[in-house]
Amino acid sequence: MTSSSTWFILSFAAVISMGGCQRSSPQRPKLRWYVFDEPSGAFERAAKRCSESSEDRYTIEVAPLPADADQQREQLVRRLAAGDSSIDIIGMDVIWTAELAEAGWILPWPEDLASKAREGRLSSIVDTASYEDELWAVPFTTNAQLLWYRADRVKEPPATWEQMIRMAEDLGDRGTIQAQGERYEGLTVFFISLLASAGGSVLGPDGDTVSLDEEPTRQALSIMQRLAKSPATDPSLATTREDQARLAFETGESTFMINYTFVWPSAKSNAPEVASHMRWARWPSVLEGKPSRVTVGGINLGVGAHTRHPGLAREAALCLASEHNQRLAATMGGLPPSTATLYDDPAVRETFPFADLLRETLRDAVHRPKTPLYVDVSLAISHTLHPMRDVEPAEDTERLRDAVQRALRSEGLL
Amino acid sequence: MSARRMAERRLAWLLCAPAATAMLLVTAYPMLYASWLSLFRYDLRFPDERQLVGLDNYVSVLTSEAWWQALFNTTLITLGSVSCELILGFVFALVMHRAVLGLRLVRTALLVPYGIITVVAAMSWRFAFDPTTGFVNALLGLEGAWLAERWSAFFIIIQTEIWKTTPFMGLLLLAGLTLVPVDLLRAARVDGANAVQRFFKVTLPLMRPVMLVALLFRTLDAFRIFDTVFVQTRGAQSTDTVSIVGYDALITRLNLGLGSAVSVLIFLCVLAIAALYVKGLGVDVADREAP
Repeated sequence: MTSSSTWFILSFAAVISMGGCQRSSPQRPKLRWYVFDEPSGAFERAAKRCSESSEDRYTIEVAPLPADADQQREQLVRRLAAGDSSIDIIGMDVIWTAELAEAGWILPWPEDLASKAREGRLSSIVDTASYEDELWAVPFTTNAQLLWYRADRVKEPPATWEQMIRMAEDLGDRGTIQAQGERYEGLTVFFISLLASAGGSVLGPDGDTVSLDEEPTRQALSIMQRLAKSPATDPSLATTREDQARLAFETGESTFMINYTFVWPSAKSNAPEVASHMRWARWPSVLEGKPSRVTVGGINLGVGAHTRHPGLAREAALCLASEHNQRLAATMGGLPPSTATLYDDPAVRETFPFADLLRETLRDAVHRPKTPLYVDVSLAISHTLHPMRDVEPAEDTERLRDAVQRALRSEGLL
Repeated sequence: MSARRMAERRLAWLLCAPAATAMLLVTAYPMLYASWLSLFRYDLRFPDERQLVGLDNYVSVLTSEAWWQALFNTTLITLGSVSCELILGFVFALVMHRAVLGLRLVRTALLVPYGIITVVAAMSWRFAFDPTTGFVNALLGLEGAWLAERWSAFFIIIQTEIWKTTPFMGLLLLAGLTLVPVDLLRAARVDGANAVQRFFKVTLPLMRPVMLVALLFRTLDAFRIFDTVFVQTRGAQSTDTVSIVGYDALITRLNLGLGSAVSVLIFLCVLAIAALYVKGLGVDVADREAP
């Protein structure tokens, strides 16, 4: 009954406890790194290593955020809006760049440091940290979806969505496809990957106008509809996120899955039998003969606008995102690196036997719309297209355009 | 009024003052501030573009499909859960009142769900109904994904609410039951009224004030439902409630103007419900001696 007040008290207590320990000695500034709570401890180790190598100039303290990106953002933006000076380094989801930059909550990188940050990194990933010709963060880890399939049931992986759905239907009961269809960011990601593979984009190049060209949008929506209505799709599609898809695939009852690379180490330890038959391929394409273009994920390290130590924070961010620490994040935490050459590193290749495919996928990857109103746009997309089984390609192309248009004008409820 | 009464009155006000001030600070101020914010076009991300727009935000909310849909959903959840809670609450209250053996055990057992945090309860039920990890489908021999369909999702949300808050209802009603004078029931019995007649003709009328207060509390609470829906569907499958709509606008989209307008509208709805109970049904919230 008093649940709302309980929530309030809890969050209040959390804020107090987080704010309580930010005092730092004048000699050795403490830099707080707000980042999602990485379970393997790779981030903690990176922070420790950088603090030690800083020759007593700074210590980095990890301030863990929730695992869910929406909730990370909710906690951060309120503090940023209030001008919290304890936010030194931010582990930013790639989609926040435009929003945080435009609101003046993060600092741009001066050109000399920016070129250091860009050095050797995959350009599609650098793109996620750039906004209006400036670099706002140093790319750290990245992510992209691949197609996972059972080699004992299909000989060759399907090249297109149409092929995959047909193959799955032919397999009968065990042909199940796992994808993400819940109403959340993952549904937007799915739509944008389909749309980009069909040659379209959500916004025009300026980022202020709706694009959503007729033909590619209709194609993307048709695939969504086809997938959701196919008997080969898991009946819980409308409530499935990445993790539910992984769990379902690990039971061995599914043949195809669209998911991020974390499913590989997970299957190896949870379901070795399934893992022994598990293979990977490029995300299926929409147009025959035209490779798919998937949405890039991951985190970049930005520097909070109200920090007392902007110079040190940038230096620390560069250190945290160094090749050594990217390797740590990859081998310990299974997070793909942003530096291209690391995909040839033996340790990384051992963690990601699909390293070449992943790098190739990342080279062609697309960024989600670059607009400070990205959250609004994403809500508009996921609310309009959920549940996928009710998508009507012709009608929904119009509805989608309307909804995105309203989101861009920040008008009305979505 | 005598001088003495005047002095007593003044003292009463003085004694109330700290509590009244605290209430003004923590409830009146945020409410007024929200009403003020709701008159602006104001995005937390772009504070410089803040602009007075009058009632535009209200027009925008009240003309949107999302708001009316959410209002319908909220009303549905409120009516569904509160009515079942009332009936089950009575059963609980009677059991707690009459239990002969292990009175303490019975009372404690019935109150357990109320002691569980709503988020935890909502998650437990979500997992229970999950087709992969849950036991419900296995138990019933079904295969559907409950939370993937609108009406079954409503069913789960409402039954979670019922499971969680019926004990509260039971507790309030139990308090009412203990107020029914035993003499009256005995007299009715002597007059030849059977158990059913005694319940409907004696117990129920005497409990009316307590019952209405319990209903008022629960309705107001149920109308503001947030956590169960947030955890179980996050408003998907068209199960958005008004609180979720407000949360999306205010917390996710950082649209302070629009979000505040939604909050103010929710507050007005709550006020209307309270007015309906107090004026329409004659609830005496101050709980003075019933006639």
